[in-house]
Amino acid sequence: MIVNNPNVWREYQKDIADNHYYFVRSCIRQNFFPGSEQTFLRIVGDFLGKDIYDDAHQTTCSGIAYHCGVLPMETTMTVVARQFALMNEAGYKNFVPSCVTSFGVYTEMIETWKHFPETLIKTKKLLKDSTGRTFEFPDNLVHTSDIIYKFKDAVAEKAKYKLVNNNTGEPLKVVEHIGCHYAKIFPHKGVGGAEFPQVLAGMIRTWGGEIVDYPERRHCCGFGFRNYVIRENRSYPISNTKRKFDSMEPYKPDFIVTNCPGCTYFLDRWQYVIAEMNGKTYGENGYGIPVLTYEEMAGLVLGYDPWEMGMQLHQVSPEPLLDKMGVPYSPEEKYLGNNGEDLGKPHIPERLKVF
Amino acid sequence: MPETLYEQLRKDVRFIEGLKACINCGTCTAICPAAQFYDYDPRIIADTLQRGDETDLENLLKGDTIWYCGECLSCKTRCPRGNTPGYLVQALRNLAINTGLYRFSEKGRQQIIVKRTVGDNILKFGYCVHLDEMTLEDHPEQGPVWDWYRNNAGSILKRLGANYHGEGAGTMRKIDEGDLRELKNIFIETGAQERFETLEKNAYDDDSE
Repeated sequence: MIVNNPNVWREYQKDIADNHYYFVRSCIRQNFFPGSEQTFLRIVGDFLGKDIYDDAHQTTCSGIAYHCGVLPMETTMTVVARQFALMNEAGYKNFVPSCVTSFGVYTEMIETWKHFPETLIKTKKLLKDSTGRTFEFPDNLVHTSDIIYKFKDAVAEKAKYKLVNNNTGEPLKVVEHIGCHYAKIFPHKGVGGAEFPQVLAGMIRTWGGEIVDYPERRHCCGFGFRNYVIRENRSYPISNTKRKFDSMEPYKPDFIVTNCPGCTYFLDRWQYVIAEMNGKTYGENGYGIPVLTYEEMAGLVLGYDPWEMGMQLHQVSPEPLLDKMGVPYSPEEKYLGNNGEDLGKPHIPERLKVF
Repeated sequence: MPETLYEQLRKDVRFIEGLKACINCGTCTAICPAAQFYDYDPRIIADTLQRGDETDLENLLKGDTIWYCGECLSCKTRCPRGNTPGYLVQALRNLAINTGLYRFSEKGRQQIIVKRTVGDNILKFGYCVHLDEMTLEDHPEQGPVWDWYRNNAGSILKRLGANYHGEGAGTMRKIDEGDLRELKNIFIETGAQERFETLEKNAYDDDSE
Protein backbone atom coordinates (compact mmCIF):
# COMPACT_ATOMS: atom_id res chain seq x y z
CA MET A 1 0.00 0.00 0.00
CA ILE A 2 1.70 3.20 -1.20
CA VAL A 3 0.01 6.06 0.58
CA ASN A 4 2.93 8.29 1.53
CA ASN A 5 3.85 9.41 -1.97
CA PRO A 6 2.14 12.67 -2.93
CA ASN A 7 2.37 11.69 -6.59
CA VAL A 8 0.46 8.46 -6.07
CA TRP A 9 -2.68 10.28 -7.27
CA ARG A 10 -1.43 9.93 -10.85
CA GLU A 11 -2.24 6.22 -10.61
CA TYR A 12 -5.88 7.00 -9.84
CA GLN A 13 -7.47 8.29 -13.03
CA LYS A 14 -11.02 7.79 -14.17
CA ASP A 15 -12.97 8.04 -17.37
CA ILE A 16 -15.30 11.06 -17.31
CA ALA A 17 -17.81 11.21 -20.13
CA ASP A 18 -17.59 14.20 -22.45
CA ASN A 19 -21.29 14.92 -22.96
CA HIS A 20 -24.91 13.74 -22.54
CA TYR A 21 -25.37 13.59 -18.80
CA TYR A 22 -28.28 12.32 -16.69
CA PHE A 23 -28.21 14.74 -13.74
CA VAL A 24 -29.31 13.51 -10.31
CA ARG A 25 -30.17 15.92 -7.52
CA SER A 26 -29.03 15.77 -3.91
CA CYS A 27 -31.28 15.74 -0.83
CA ILE A 28 -29.03 18.11 1.11
CA ARG A 29 -27.70 20.34 -1.64
CA GLN A 30 -31.08 21.28 -3.11
CA ASN A 31 -32.46 22.15 0.34
CA PHE A 32 -29.46 23.87 1.90
CA PHE A 33 -27.65 25.34 -1.11
CA PRO A 34 -30.36 25.36 -3.79
CA GLY A 35 -28.49 27.80 -6.00
CA SER A 36 -25.53 25.46 -6.39
CA GLU A 37 -27.34 22.81 -8.41
CA GLN A 38 -28.74 25.57 -10.63
CA THR A 39 -25.21 26.94 -11.02
CA PHE A 40 -23.96 23.49 -12.03
CA LEU A 41 -26.64 23.23 -14.71
CA ARG A 42 -25.79 26.77 -15.85
CA ILE A 43 -22.08 25.97 -16.17
CA VAL A 44 -22.54 22.60 -17.88
CA GLY A 45 -25.54 23.50 -20.03
CA ASP A 46 -25.15 27.19 -20.84
CA PHE A 47 -21.41 27.80 -20.51
CA LEU A 48 -20.01 24.48 -21.75
CA GLY A 49 -22.92 23.81 -24.09
CA LYS A 50 -23.34 20.21 -23.01
CA ASP A 51 -26.51 18.13 -23.06
CA ILE A 52 -27.65 17.50 -19.48
CA TYR A 53 -31.04 16.08 -18.56
CA ASP A 54 -32.91 17.05 -15.39
CA ASP A 55 -35.56 14.35 -14.87
CA ALA A 56 -38.72 15.25 -12.91
CA HIS A 57 -39.20 11.59 -11.92
CA GLN A 58 -35.89 11.10 -10.11
CA THR A 59 -35.86 10.88 -6.31
CA THR A 60 -33.42 10.39 -3.46
CA CYS A 61 -31.05 7.41 -3.62
CA SER A 62 -32.10 6.87 0.04
CA GLY A 63 -28.42 6.97 1.04
CA ILE A 64 -28.80 9.05 4.20
CA ALA A 65 -31.39 6.64 5.57
CA TYR A 66 -29.22 3.70 4.47
CA HIS A 67 -26.16 5.04 6.25
CA CYS A 68 -28.25 5.87 9.33
CA GLY A 69 -28.89 2.13 9.50
CA VAL A 70 -32.66 2.32 9.16
CA LEU A 71 -33.13 0.82 5.68
CA PRO A 72 -32.42 -2.73 4.55
CA MET A 73 -29.73 -2.89 1.88
CA GLU A 74 -32.26 -4.39 -0.54
CA THR A 75 -34.39 -1.24 -0.29
CA THR A 76 -31.55 1.09 -1.21
CA MET A 77 -30.43 -1.30 -3.97
CA THR A 78 -33.89 -1.20 -5.50
CA VAL A 79 -34.22 2.59 -5.21
CA VAL A 80 -30.84 2.85 -6.95
CA ALA A 81 -32.01 0.42 -9.63
CA ARG A 82 -35.09 2.59 -10.22
CA GLN A 83 -32.88 5.64 -10.75
CA PHE A 84 -30.84 3.72 -13.33
CA ALA A 85 -34.09 2.58 -15.00
CA LEU A 86 -35.18 6.22 -15.31
CA MET A 87 -31.84 7.06 -16.92
CA ASN A 88 -32.25 4.15 -19.37
CA GLU A 89 -35.78 5.23 -20.26
CA ALA A 90 -34.65 8.82 -20.87
CA GLY A 91 -32.06 7.54 -23.35
CA TYR A 92 -28.95 8.42 -21.34
CA LYS A 93 -25.91 6.36 -20.32
CA ASN A 94 -23.85 8.80 -18.24
CA PHE A 95 -25.14 9.06 -14.67
CA VAL A 96 -24.06 12.16 -12.72
CA PRO A 97 -25.22 12.49 -9.09
CA SER A 98 -24.76 15.82 -7.31
CA CYS A 99 -24.31 14.19 -3.89
CA VAL A 100 -21.14 12.48 -2.69
CA THR A 101 -23.06 10.09 -0.43
CA SER A 102 -25.13 9.16 -3.48
CA PHE A 103 -22.03 8.71 -5.63
CA GLY A 104 -20.75 6.28 -2.99
CA VAL A 105 -24.08 4.47 -2.79
CA TYR A 106 -24.44 4.09 -6.57
CA THR A 107 -20.86 2.84 -6.81
CA GLU A 108 -21.33 0.46 -3.88
CA MET A 109 -24.46 -1.08 -5.33
CA ILE A 110 -22.90 -1.60 -8.77
CA GLU A 111 -19.83 -3.20 -7.20
CA THR A 112 -22.03 -5.41 -5.00
CA TRP A 113 -24.05 -6.55 -8.01
CA LYS A 114 -20.79 -7.42 -9.78
CA HIS A 115 -19.26 -9.27 -6.82
CA PHE A 116 -22.48 -11.02 -5.80
CA PRO A 117 -24.50 -11.69 -8.98
CA GLU A 118 -27.34 -13.21 -6.96
CA THR A 119 -28.03 -9.75 -5.52
CA LEU A 120 -28.43 -8.37 -9.04
CA ILE A 121 -30.96 -11.06 -9.92
CA LYS A 122 -32.86 -10.32 -6.72
CA THR A 123 -32.81 -6.56 -7.27
CA LYS A 124 -34.10 -6.91 -10.83
CA LYS A 125 -37.02 -8.96 -9.54
CA LEU A 126 -37.75 -6.53 -6.69
CA LEU A 127 -37.70 -3.56 -9.09
CA LYS A 128 -39.94 -5.32 -11.59
CA ASP A 129 -42.41 -6.39 -8.91
CA SER A 130 -42.58 -2.97 -7.26
CA THR A 131 -42.46 -0.63 -10.28
CA GLY A 132 -42.72 -2.72 -13.46
CA ARG A 133 -39.35 -1.31 -14.55
CA THR A 134 -36.14 -2.94 -15.76
CA PHE A 135 -32.64 -1.45 -15.71
CA GLU A 136 -29.10 -1.60 -17.05
CA PHE A 137 -25.92 -0.18 -15.50
CA PRO A 138 -24.75 3.25 -16.63
CA ASP A 139 -21.76 3.28 -18.99
CA ASN A 140 -20.23 6.11 -17.00
CA LEU A 141 -20.83 7.02 -13.35
CA VAL A 142 -19.15 10.19 -12.11
CA HIS A 143 -19.80 12.84 -9.50
CA THR A 144 -20.76 16.35 -10.60
CA SER A 145 -17.42 17.66 -9.30
CA ASP A 146 -15.68 15.30 -11.74
CA ILE A 147 -17.40 17.13 -14.62
CA ILE A 148 -16.17 20.53 -13.43
CA TYR A 149 -12.70 19.01 -12.93
CA LYS A 150 -12.73 17.69 -16.51
CA PHE A 151 -13.56 21.12 -17.90
CA LYS A 152 -11.45 23.20 -15.48
CA ASP A 153 -9.27 24.50 -18.32
CA ALA A 154 -12.31 25.70 -20.26
CA VAL A 155 -13.40 27.60 -17.15
CA ALA A 156 -9.87 29.03 -16.75
CA GLU A 157 -9.86 30.27 -20.35
CA LYS A 158 -12.96 32.38 -19.72
CA ALA A 159 -12.10 33.32 -16.12
CA LYS A 160 -13.14 36.81 -15.06
CA TYR A 161 -11.59 36.42 -11.62
CA LYS A 162 -8.82 34.21 -10.29
CA LEU A 163 -8.23 32.60 -6.93
CA VAL A 164 -5.68 35.28 -6.26
CA ASN A 165 -5.63 38.00 -3.63
CA ASN A 166 -6.46 41.15 -5.55
CA ASN A 167 -4.51 43.31 -3.12
CA THR A 168 -1.28 41.34 -2.84
CA GLY A 169 -1.20 39.30 -6.05
CA GLU A 170 -0.60 36.19 -3.95
CA PRO A 171 -2.51 32.93 -4.57
CA LEU A 172 -5.41 32.47 -2.18
CA LYS A 173 -4.83 29.74 0.40
CA VAL A 174 -7.56 27.17 -0.06
CA VAL A 175 -8.62 24.26 2.13
CA GLU A 176 -10.10 21.60 -0.11
CA HIS A 177 -12.32 19.11 1.68
CA ILE A 178 -13.39 15.96 -0.13
CA GLY A 179 -16.52 14.15 1.05
CA CYS A 180 -15.54 10.78 2.53
CA HIS A 181 -17.67 8.71 0.18
CA TYR A 182 -16.14 10.27 -2.94
CA ALA A 183 -13.05 8.04 -2.79
CA LYS A 184 -12.53 6.49 0.66
CA ILE A 185 -14.82 3.54 -0.15
CA PHE A 186 -13.58 2.98 -3.69
CA PRO A 187 -10.31 4.91 -4.17
CA HIS A 188 -10.06 4.00 -7.86
CA LYS A 189 -13.42 5.66 -8.53
CA GLY A 190 -12.16 9.11 -7.53
CA VAL A 191 -9.74 11.37 -9.42
CA GLY A 192 -6.48 11.00 -7.53
CA GLY A 193 -7.67 8.33 -5.09
CA ALA A 194 -8.46 8.73 -1.41
CA GLU A 195 -5.25 10.11 0.12
CA PHE A 196 -4.28 12.71 -2.50
CA PRO A 197 -7.51 13.40 -4.40
CA GLN A 198 -7.13 15.91 -7.21
CA VAL A 199 -10.73 16.65 -8.07
CA LEU A 200 -10.82 19.95 -6.15
CA ALA A 201 -7.05 20.49 -5.94
CA GLY A 202 -6.91 20.43 -9.75
CA MET A 203 -9.57 23.12 -10.03
CA ILE A 204 -7.92 25.30 -7.37
CA ARG A 205 -4.45 25.17 -8.94
CA THR A 206 -5.81 25.77 -12.44
CA TRP A 207 -7.71 28.83 -11.28
CA GLY A 208 -4.74 30.36 -9.46
CA GLY A 209 -5.10 29.21 -5.86
CA GLU A 210 -2.77 27.38 -3.50
CA ILE A 211 -3.69 24.22 -1.56
CA VAL A 212 -3.43 24.17 2.22
CA ASP A 213 -2.04 20.84 3.40
CA TYR A 214 -2.90 20.48 7.09
CA PRO A 215 -2.82 17.49 9.46
CA GLU A 216 -6.55 16.70 9.54
CA ARG A 217 -7.07 17.33 5.83
CA ARG A 218 -8.54 13.89 5.25
CA HIS A 219 -10.57 13.77 8.47
CA CYS A 220 -14.34 13.46 8.03
CA CYS A 221 -16.33 16.71 8.29
CA GLY A 222 -18.15 14.96 11.12
CA PHE A 223 -21.58 14.31 9.56
CA GLY A 224 -21.74 10.78 10.92
CA PHE A 225 -25.30 10.26 9.61
CA ARG A 226 -27.29 9.10 12.68
CA ASN A 227 -24.86 11.08 14.79
CA TYR A 228 -26.31 14.24 13.27
CA VAL A 229 -29.87 13.22 12.43
CA ILE A 230 -30.50 12.37 16.10
CA ARG A 231 -30.20 15.58 18.08
CA GLU A 232 -28.81 13.91 21.21
CA ASN A 233 -25.82 12.67 19.21
CA ARG A 234 -24.70 15.99 17.73
CA SER A 235 -21.65 16.27 19.96
CA TYR A 236 -20.05 13.88 17.43
CA PRO A 237 -20.33 16.10 14.34
CA ILE A 238 -19.44 19.37 16.06
CA SER A 239 -16.45 17.80 17.85
CA ASN A 240 -15.07 16.36 14.62
CA THR A 241 -15.60 19.60 12.73
CA LYS A 242 -13.87 21.55 15.51
CA ARG A 243 -10.95 19.14 15.26
CA LYS A 244 -10.57 20.06 11.60
CA PHE A 245 -10.82 23.79 12.23
CA ASP A 246 -8.27 23.67 15.05
CA SER A 247 -5.96 21.79 12.70
CA MET A 248 -6.31 24.17 9.73
CA GLU A 249 -6.33 27.41 11.76
CA PRO A 250 -2.53 27.99 11.87
CA TYR A 251 -2.44 27.95 8.05
CA LYS A 252 -4.87 30.90 7.84
CA PRO A 253 -6.93 29.66 4.89
CA ASP A 254 -8.76 32.28 2.82
CA PHE A 255 -11.64 29.90 2.18
CA ILE A 256 -12.76 26.29 2.22
CA VAL A 257 -14.26 24.45 -0.73
CA THR A 258 -15.88 21.02 -0.61
CA ASN A 259 -17.40 18.67 -3.17
CA CYS A 260 -19.98 17.19 -0.79
CA PRO A 261 -23.30 18.84 0.09
CA GLY A 262 -23.19 17.75 3.71
CA CYS A 263 -19.60 18.85 4.25
CA THR A 264 -20.33 22.37 2.97
CA TYR A 265 -23.23 22.59 5.37
CA PHE A 266 -21.38 21.31 8.45
CA LEU A 267 -18.20 23.32 7.92
CA ASP A 268 -20.38 26.42 7.51
CA ARG A 269 -22.92 25.95 10.30
CA TRP A 270 -20.68 24.53 13.02
CA GLN A 271 -18.47 27.63 12.74
CA TYR A 272 -21.54 29.59 13.80
CA VAL A 273 -22.25 27.21 16.70
CA ILE A 274 -18.64 27.14 17.91
CA ALA A 275 -18.59 30.94 17.85
CA GLU A 276 -21.85 31.23 19.77
CA MET A 277 -20.88 28.53 22.31
CA ASN A 278 -17.21 29.32 22.86
CA GLY A 279 -16.69 32.74 21.32
CA LYS A 280 -14.13 31.13 19.04
CA THR A 281 -13.96 32.24 15.40
CA TYR A 282 -11.58 30.94 12.75
CA GLY A 283 -11.63 33.68 10.10
CA GLU A 284 -10.16 37.17 10.29
CA ASN A 285 -11.49 39.85 12.66
CA GLY A 286 -14.26 37.76 14.20
CA TYR A 287 -15.68 36.42 10.94
CA GLY A 288 -15.69 32.78 9.91
CA ILE A 289 -13.76 31.12 7.11
CA PRO A 290 -16.06 31.21 4.04
CA VAL A 291 -17.14 27.73 2.95
CA LEU A 292 -18.02 27.27 -0.71
CA THR A 293 -19.44 24.59 -2.90
CA TYR A 294 -17.25 23.90 -5.95
CA GLU A 295 -20.08 25.21 -8.15
CA GLU A 296 -19.90 28.52 -6.29
CA MET A 297 -16.12 28.59 -6.65
CA ALA A 298 -16.39 27.94 -10.39
CA GLY A 299 -19.24 30.46 -10.69
CA LEU A 300 -17.19 33.20 -9.00
CA VAL A 301 -14.28 32.49 -11.35
CA LEU A 302 -16.69 32.83 -14.30
CA GLY A 303 -18.06 36.09 -12.94
CA TYR A 304 -21.50 34.93 -11.82
CA ASP A 305 -23.27 37.11 -9.25
CA PRO A 306 -22.81 35.59 -5.77
CA TRP A 307 -26.38 36.34 -4.69
CA GLU A 308 -27.85 34.83 -7.85
CA MET A 309 -25.92 31.66 -6.92
CA GLY A 310 -27.48 31.69 -3.43
CA MET A 311 -24.35 32.49 -1.43
CA GLN A 312 -26.48 34.56 0.95
CA LEU A 313 -27.74 31.24 2.38
CA HIS A 314 -24.40 30.54 4.04
CA GLN A 315 -24.27 31.40 7.73
CA VAL A 316 -20.60 32.37 7.40
CA SER A 317 -20.39 35.53 5.28
CA PRO A 318 -18.57 35.09 1.96
CA GLU A 319 -17.80 38.83 1.60
CA PRO A 320 -14.20 38.67 2.92
CA LEU A 321 -13.41 36.25 0.08
CA LEU A 322 -15.28 38.31 -2.53
CA ASP A 323 -13.27 41.36 -1.49
CA LYS A 324 -9.99 39.47 -1.79
CA MET A 325 -10.89 38.17 -5.25
CA GLY A 326 -12.13 41.57 -6.35
CA VAL A 327 -15.57 40.19 -7.16
CA PRO A 328 -18.13 43.01 -7.25
CA TYR A 329 -21.32 42.55 -5.25
CA SER A 330 -24.20 44.65 -4.04
CA PRO A 331 -24.73 44.61 -0.25
CA GLU A 332 -28.23 46.03 -0.78
CA GLU A 333 -29.28 43.16 -3.05
CA LYS A 334 -27.97 40.34 -0.87
CA TYR A 335 -31.16 39.60 1.01
CA LEU A 336 -33.72 40.57 -1.60
CA GLY A 337 -36.27 38.06 -2.80
CA ASN A 338 -37.64 37.48 -6.27
CA ASN A 339 -38.03 40.63 -8.38
CA GLY A 340 -36.35 42.70 -5.69
CA GLU A 341 -38.90 41.85 -2.97
CA ASP A 342 -37.89 43.20 0.46
CA LEU A 343 -37.62 40.21 2.79
CA GLY A 344 -35.90 41.88 5.70
CA LYS A 345 -32.62 40.41 6.93
CA PRO A 346 -31.62 37.44 9.08
CA HIS A 347 -30.94 38.17 12.73
CA ILE A 348 -27.32 38.92 13.56
CA PRO A 349 -25.60 36.20 15.63
CA GLU A 350 -24.35 37.32 19.02
CA ARG A 351 -20.71 36.42 18.49
CA LEU A 352 -20.00 35.40 14.90
CA LYS A 353 -19.53 38.57 12.88
CA VAL A 354 -21.50 38.65 9.64
CA PHE A 355 -22.08 41.19 6.87
CA MET B 1 -33.74 -25.45 14.26
CA PRO B 2 -33.55 -21.64 14.10
CA GLU B 3 -30.52 -20.05 12.51
CA THR B 4 -27.79 -18.88 14.84
CA LEU B 5 -26.92 -15.20 14.88
CA TYR B 6 -23.69 -15.97 13.02
CA GLU B 7 -25.53 -17.92 10.36
CA GLN B 8 -27.72 -14.88 9.77
CA LEU B 9 -24.77 -12.48 9.83
CA ARG B 10 -22.79 -14.50 7.29
CA LYS B 11 -25.56 -13.98 4.72
CA ASP B 12 -24.94 -10.22 4.68
CA VAL B 13 -22.60 -9.25 1.84
CA ARG B 14 -21.23 -6.44 4.01
CA PHE B 15 -20.04 -8.99 6.54
CA ILE B 16 -18.44 -11.08 3.79
CA GLU B 17 -16.75 -8.02 2.28
CA GLY B 18 -15.93 -6.43 5.62
CA LEU B 19 -14.00 -9.16 7.42
CA LYS B 20 -10.90 -10.88 6.06
CA ALA B 21 -8.39 -11.38 8.89
CA CYS B 22 -7.84 -8.57 11.36
CA ILE B 23 -4.24 -8.21 12.63
CA ASN B 24 -5.27 -5.90 15.47
CA CYS B 25 -2.96 -3.13 14.31
CA GLY B 26 -5.46 -0.46 15.39
CA THR B 27 -5.14 1.68 12.26
CA CYS B 28 -8.94 1.85 11.94
CA THR B 29 -9.26 3.07 15.52
CA ALA B 30 -6.51 5.65 15.10
CA ILE B 31 -8.29 7.39 12.23
CA CYS B 32 -11.92 6.74 13.28
CA PRO B 33 -13.92 9.93 13.98
CA ALA B 34 -16.21 8.03 16.38
CA ALA B 35 -13.27 6.58 18.33
CA GLN B 36 -11.90 10.06 18.93
CA PHE B 37 -14.94 11.23 20.87
CA TYR B 38 -16.78 8.09 22.03
CA ASP B 39 -15.76 5.07 24.06
CA TYR B 40 -15.60 3.18 20.78
CA ASP B 41 -13.01 0.96 19.12
CA PRO B 42 -13.67 -0.52 15.66
CA ARG B 43 -10.64 -2.78 16.03
CA ILE B 44 -12.38 -4.60 18.86
CA ILE B 45 -15.49 -5.11 16.73
CA ALA B 46 -13.45 -6.75 13.97
CA ASP B 47 -11.49 -8.84 16.45
CA THR B 48 -14.61 -9.93 18.32
CA LEU B 49 -16.35 -11.01 15.13
CA GLN B 50 -13.39 -13.00 13.81
CA ARG B 51 -13.39 -15.10 17.02
CA GLY B 52 -16.86 -16.37 16.11
CA ASP B 53 -18.35 -16.56 19.60
CA GLU B 54 -22.16 -16.52 19.52
CA THR B 55 -22.52 -14.96 22.98
CA ASP B 56 -20.08 -12.17 22.15
CA LEU B 57 -22.04 -11.47 18.99
CA GLU B 58 -25.29 -11.33 20.92
CA ASN B 59 -23.74 -8.87 23.36
CA LEU B 60 -22.61 -6.66 20.48
CA LEU B 61 -26.12 -6.67 19.03
CA LYS B 62 -27.62 -5.73 22.40
CA GLY B 63 -25.13 -3.00 23.19
CA ASP B 64 -24.56 0.65 22.32
CA THR B 65 -21.20 0.04 20.63
CA ILE B 66 -22.46 -0.69 17.13
CA TRP B 67 -24.47 2.55 17.04
CA TYR B 68 -21.53 4.94 17.49
CA CYS B 69 -19.97 4.54 14.03
CA GLY B 70 -20.58 7.46 11.64
CA GLU B 71 -20.22 5.29 8.50
CA CYS B 72 -17.64 7.62 6.97
CA LEU B 73 -15.86 4.44 5.82
CA SER B 74 -12.42 5.95 6.43
CA CYS B 75 -11.52 2.52 7.84
CA LYS B 76 -12.02 0.92 4.42
CA THR B 77 -9.31 3.09 2.91
CA ARG B 78 -6.76 2.65 5.64
CA CYS B 79 -6.93 -1.01 6.74
CA PRO B 80 -3.73 -2.69 5.49
CA ARG B 81 -5.49 -6.07 5.33
CA GLY B 82 -8.65 -5.13 3.45
CA ASN B 83 -11.09 -5.24 6.35
CA THR B 84 -13.88 -2.70 6.68
CA PRO B 85 -15.19 -2.31 10.24
CA GLY B 86 -17.76 0.17 8.88
CA TYR B 87 -19.28 -2.56 6.73
CA LEU B 88 -19.34 -4.89 9.75
CA VAL B 89 -21.23 -2.23 11.69
CA GLN B 90 -23.75 -1.93 8.85
CA ALA B 91 -24.34 -5.67 8.91
CA LEU B 92 -24.57 -5.73 12.72
CA ARG B 93 -27.09 -2.87 12.81
CA ASN B 94 -29.20 -4.66 10.23
CA LEU B 95 -29.15 -7.87 12.26
CA ALA B 96 -29.84 -6.03 15.53
CA ILE B 97 -33.00 -4.56 14.03
CA ASN B 98 -34.12 -7.78 12.33
CA THR B 99 -33.76 -9.74 15.58
CA GLY B 100 -35.18 -6.99 17.80
CA LEU B 101 -31.99 -7.01 19.90
CA TYR B 102 -31.51 -3.28 19.24
CA ARG B 103 -34.21 -2.70 21.87
CA PHE B 104 -31.71 -3.58 24.63
CA SER B 105 -29.63 -0.55 23.67
CA GLU B 106 -30.45 3.09 24.34
CA LYS B 107 -28.57 4.08 21.18
CA GLY B 108 -30.33 1.36 19.23
CA ARG B 109 -33.75 2.57 20.34
CA GLN B 110 -32.88 5.96 18.81
CA GLN B 111 -33.55 4.40 15.40
CA ILE B 112 -37.20 5.38 15.76
CA ILE B 113 -36.07 9.01 15.43
CA VAL B 114 -34.29 8.21 12.18
CA LYS B 115 -37.39 6.46 10.89
CA ARG B 116 -39.64 9.39 11.78
CA THR B 117 -37.35 11.94 10.11
CA VAL B 118 -35.32 10.84 7.09
CA GLY B 119 -37.26 7.58 6.69
CA ASP B 120 -40.69 9.17 6.56
CA ASN B 121 -39.38 12.10 4.51
CA ILE B 122 -38.50 9.75 1.65
CA LEU B 123 -42.10 8.60 1.36
CA LYS B 124 -43.53 12.09 1.86
CA PHE B 125 -41.18 14.28 -0.19
CA GLY B 126 -39.13 11.80 -2.25
CA TYR B 127 -35.97 13.02 -0.50
CA CYS B 128 -34.35 12.33 2.89
CA VAL B 129 -34.48 15.92 4.12
CA HIS B 130 -36.83 18.79 3.36
CA LEU B 131 -36.83 22.48 4.16
CA ASP B 132 -40.48 22.38 5.29
CA GLU B 133 -39.76 19.77 7.99
CA MET B 134 -36.44 21.10 9.29
CA THR B 135 -37.33 23.64 11.96
CA LEU B 136 -34.88 25.87 13.78
CA GLU B 137 -36.20 24.39 17.03
CA ASP B 138 -34.99 20.90 16.03
CA HIS B 139 -31.91 22.30 14.32
CA PRO B 140 -30.68 25.36 16.22
CA GLU B 141 -27.28 24.87 14.58
CA GLN B 142 -28.81 26.07 11.31
CA GLY B 143 -28.56 29.61 12.61
CA PRO B 144 -30.60 32.74 11.88
CA VAL B 145 -29.99 32.57 8.13
CA TRP B 146 -32.00 29.35 8.06
CA ASP B 147 -34.89 30.99 9.88
CA TRP B 148 -34.89 33.84 7.35
CA TYR B 149 -34.69 31.34 4.47
CA ARG B 150 -37.57 29.20 5.78
CA ASN B 151 -39.77 32.23 6.42
CA ASN B 152 -39.20 33.53 2.89
CA ALA B 153 -38.64 30.27 1.03
CA GLY B 154 -41.04 30.93 -1.85
CA SER B 155 -39.51 34.23 -2.89
CA ILE B 156 -35.88 33.22 -2.25
CA LEU B 157 -36.14 29.95 -4.14
CA LYS B 158 -37.83 31.67 -7.05
CA ARG B 159 -34.96 34.16 -7.24
CA LEU B 160 -32.52 31.23 -7.33
CA GLY B 161 -34.35 29.51 -10.17
CA ALA B 162 -35.77 26.67 -8.09
CA ASN B 163 -39.18 25.08 -8.61
CA TYR B 164 -40.38 25.00 -4.99
CA HIS B 165 -43.46 22.74 -4.71
CA GLY B 166 -43.94 23.13 -8.44
CA GLU B 167 -44.83 20.51 -11.06
CA GLY B 168 -42.16 19.09 -13.36
CA ALA B 169 -38.39 19.16 -12.98
CA GLY B 170 -36.19 21.41 -10.88
CA THR B 171 -34.80 22.10 -7.43
CA MET B 172 -37.22 21.54 -4.53
CA ARG B 173 -40.04 20.50 -6.86
CA LYS B 174 -43.10 18.58 -5.72
CA ILE B 175 -42.57 14.89 -6.41
CA ASP B 176 -45.22 13.33 -8.61
CA GLU B 177 -47.71 11.06 -6.79
CA GLY B 178 -46.86 8.20 -9.14
CA ASP B 179 -43.18 8.43 -8.26
CA LEU B 180 -43.95 8.48 -4.52
CA ARG B 181 -46.17 5.45 -5.02
CA GLU B 182 -43.29 3.60 -6.66
CA LEU B 183 -41.05 4.40 -3.69
CA LYS B 184 -43.75 3.11 -1.36
CA ASN B 185 -44.06 -0.09 -3.40
CA ILE B 186 -40.28 -0.55 -3.22
CA PHE B 187 -40.43 -0.14 0.56
CA ILE B 188 -43.19 -2.76 0.74
CA GLU B 189 -41.45 -5.27 -1.55
CA THR B 190 -38.02 -4.95 0.09
CA GLY B 191 -39.05 -5.08 3.73
CA ALA B 192 -38.56 -1.43 4.66
CA GLN B 193 -42.27 -0.88 5.24
CA GLU B 194 -42.49 -3.86 7.58
CA ARG B 195 -39.36 -2.65 9.37
CA PHE B 196 -40.83 0.82 9.84
CA GLU B 197 -44.02 -0.65 11.30
CA THR B 198 -42.00 -2.83 13.67
CA LEU B 199 -39.91 0.14 14.83
CA GLU B 200 -43.11 2.08 15.57
CA LYS B 201 -44.73 -0.82 17.42
CA ASN B 202 -41.60 -1.49 19.47
CA ALA B 203 -41.24 2.20 20.32
CA TYR B 204 -44.83 2.27 21.51
CA ASP B 205 -44.36 -0.89 23.58
CA ASP B 206 -41.03 0.34 25.02
CA ASP B 207 -42.66 3.64 26.02
CA SER B 208 -45.56 1.78 27.62
CA GLU B 209 -43.15 -0.21 29.78
